[in-house]
Amino acid sequence: MNTLLIIGAKSDIAKAVAHAYAANRSHLALAARRVAELEHFAQDLRIRYRINVSLHEFDLSDIASHRPFYDALHPKPQGVLMAAGYMTEQAQAQRHCDETLQTISVNFSADVCFLNMIANDFEQRREGFIVGISSVAGDRGRQSNYIYGAAKAGFSAYLSGLRNRLYASGVHVMTVKPGFVNTKMTAGMNLPKALTAQPCEIAEDILNAQQRGVDVLYSKWFWRYIMLVIRCIPESLFKKMRL
Amino acid sequence: MQLTGWGRYPVIEADTFALTDTQSLRRHLKTAGSCIAYGNGRSYGDSALNTHVITTSSYNYFLDFDEINGILHVACGLLLSEILNVIVPRGWFLKVTPGTKLITVGGAIAADVHGKNHHIEGCFSQSVIEFTLMLPHGKVITCSHTKNKKYFYATCGGMGLTGIILDAKLSLQQIPSATIEQTTVKNRDLQETFAAFETYKDTPYSVAWIDCLATGESLGRSLFMCGRFSHKGSCEYGNAKKLNVPFVFPSWALNSVSVKAFNQLYYHRIREKISHEKVDIDTFFYPLDAVQNWNRIYGADGFTQYQCILPKAQSYEGLQEILTTIALSQKGSFLAVLKLYGKANKNWLSFPMEGYSLALDFKIEPALFTLLDALDAIVLRYGGRLYLSKDVRASKETFEQGYPDIDRFRALRKEQKMDQIFQSLQSRRLEL
Ligand SMILES: Cc1cc2nc3c(=O)[nH]c(=O)nc-3n(C[C@H](O)[C@H](O)[C@H](O)COP(=O)(O)OP(=O)(O)OC[C@H]3O[C@@H](n4cnc5c(N)ncnc54)[C@H](O)[C@@H]3O)c2cc1C
Ligand SMILES: NC(=O)c1ccc[n+]([C@@H]2O[C@H](COP(=O)([O-])OP(=O)(O)OC[C@H]3O[C@@H](n4cnc5c(N)ncnc54)[C@H](OP(=O)(O)O)[C@@H]3O)[C@@H](O)[C@H]2O)c1
Repeated sequence: MNTLLIIGAKSDIAKAVAHAYAANRSHLALAARRVAELEHFAQDLRIRYRINVSLHEFDLSDIASHRPFYDALHPKPQGVLMAAGYMTEQAQAQRHCDETLQTISVNFSADVCFLNMIANDFEQRREGFIVGISSVAGDRGRQSNYIYGAAKAGFSAYLSGLRNRLYASGVHVMTVKPGFVNTKMTAGMNLPKALTAQPCEIAEDILNAQQRGVDVLYSKWFWRYIMLVIRCIPESLFKKMRL
Repeated sequence: MQLTGWGRYPVIEADTFALTDTQSLRRHLKTAGSCIAYGNGRSYGDSALNTHVITTSSYNYFLDFDEINGILHVACGLLLSEILNVIVPRGWFLKVTPGTKLITVGGAIAADVHGKNHHIEGCFSQSVIEFTLMLPHGKVITCSHTKNKKYFYATCGGMGLTGIILDAKLSLQQIPSATIEQTTVKNRDLQETFAAFETYKDTPYSVAWIDCLATGESLGRSLFMCGRFSHKGSCEYGNAKKLNVPFVFPSWALNSVSVKAFNQLYYHRIREKISHEKVDIDTFFYPLDAVQNWNRIYGADGFTQYQCILPKAQSYEGLQEILTTIALSQKGSFLAVLKLYGKANKNWLSFPMEGYSLALDFKIEPALFTLLDALDAIVLRYGGRLYLSKDVRASKETFEQGYPDIDRFRALRKEQKMDQIFQSLQSRRLEL
């Protein structure tokens, strides 16, 4: 049985993905900050699905810890899900440098450092898959959320390049672009109900798409078309809009 | 957000606190004020309603499963349906399950629910080895038949009014297969119906569906169904695709829908006096779960279920009177559930007693309440009582007469200051 490594395993989307993969007979390695809080969650997965679940204390922002963490990880995973993300209010992100940098780090630069290490290993092993959770927010910068959006745009571009590089070694890279999802990240926001998905729907989409070898997944599917329209608006018009 | 019970009446504007772990709940209770636990909202009435509720559905973990001895330890928000998905394929089943699997373990204990095997296995609490309970000041105690007994007797059936049940250890029963051998007996009147219960009293699961429109000679005519787990077949257990009632029905729709359901069930399906078939767990135990949101067929005003129980010796006479009153009113839905119960347990507010219980649904409408008051009077006259997890309108006086231990319950609530924190619309109405 394969093992899926999940980075940012406390994320609501990540937890739903853990269920989906466990139900599909995959072992799990869950990495997160204050990982002890996932004890109940892990034990629950073991009982429900009769799989192995290991917990790993891990802070993505602590770049120096990446290598020792991965070296110590046994068995090595066949798949990696990068689910960590950070979104603060736009006003915060544009006013405070530490917020700006954290947004860029957790959504982009730290992810890149980590996945480079994974990519090198998978490339050598000539197996494995990498799933990165980016966002529709990276498809076009909007005044309400463009620092987060810019970091996600960078992450999407990175995943695209990585996919291109690893194709030759048979390693599959999938970019996930969720639209609105009902999670801790969006708690308290007034999201349009009809467009907002539950984490378990995103998770089902991710499992199915990864197994079919999809490259870029919009979830739910209609976001592909919403973003197509948004990308088509001429910049001269777009800059005047309140989005 | 707007909250209701399964009957969709009444509707209350409530804010919620999601239970995720013990510490945050403890902190929350210090400042929360009046509140009540909300499981999966399958109680029909106002038991789980307050302007502030503690939702438990996110505290839904398996904590341990001893597959050798069939002992399952789970967090309170876990649904019975999730439990079955795990235990049935491994050859285990709940000792007691109600007619829906879409309830939480916390809700099962708080209402001390019962199933078609009450006459053999008793209530849900009788399969509970122990549970932990958070009291108003945040202290957590373990309760069982031997530890903190009075809290156990008060909490099982206590409708969330003693504290928040956190997790529970359940004892399971081993099953040879996931198939049930079902026997159906068609009965022409109440006497035949009663006789069927007696004839099959050693069969573990039994229930009868009564035609509430029948009067005179046919009063109490029914389909009696009983069953046991088959020794042949596998323990495979899957999720069948569900029908859904996607919108609220206009209230006039009820009649045509239920007439159809009734005809299907009653006339067309069964021709012989006695018939046998093999059915799966979901068909036998949870027929209503096959239609999601079926509570919407009663229309925007909602509905209620009237469930009463009468002591065995008075049951025949009492039920005749009740069924006649309902038939004359022409208000009842067409089918009512009749069931023979075994002995009462020691819990202070558990509903079951040795005798027959009748349950049926009514659409909420102004004239309904007079009818239900009339039924209450009959029930009390025959020494019976009402089920809290269905109730939304009974009077304090009616309720009290059926439950001789109510004052012990009230005294414990006062002594432990539970009455200041744990309250529901129901507890205020009935001064529980
Ligand atoms: C189709 C259908 C069929 C049914 N069949 C039966 C049957 O055959 N037999 C039977 O006995 N009942 C039956 N019921 C009733 C149902 O089993 C009970 O009402 C049950 O309590 C519902 O559980 P819930 O999780 O939905 O809880 P809720 O309805 O949300 O709450 C019910 C009560 O439990 C309390 N509670 C919930 N969780 C906790 C907790 N963690 N700690 C403390 N208190 C808590 C609430 O405060 C409330 O008082 C049926 C209901 C339906 C809709
Ligand atoms: N929700 C949406 O609408 C939406 C839409 C598009 C994309 N996304 C993306 O989906 C992914 C999952 O987010 P979510 O919606 O599930 O939100 P979430 O529940 O808030 O998850 C985000 C997770 O990232 C973790 N994290 C942050 N910084 C970290 C670090 N330095 N090291 C390790 N973990 C860190 C957080 O861990 P802690 O618990 O320790 O804080 C948190 O568990 C994110 O990449 C997000 O950007 C979400």
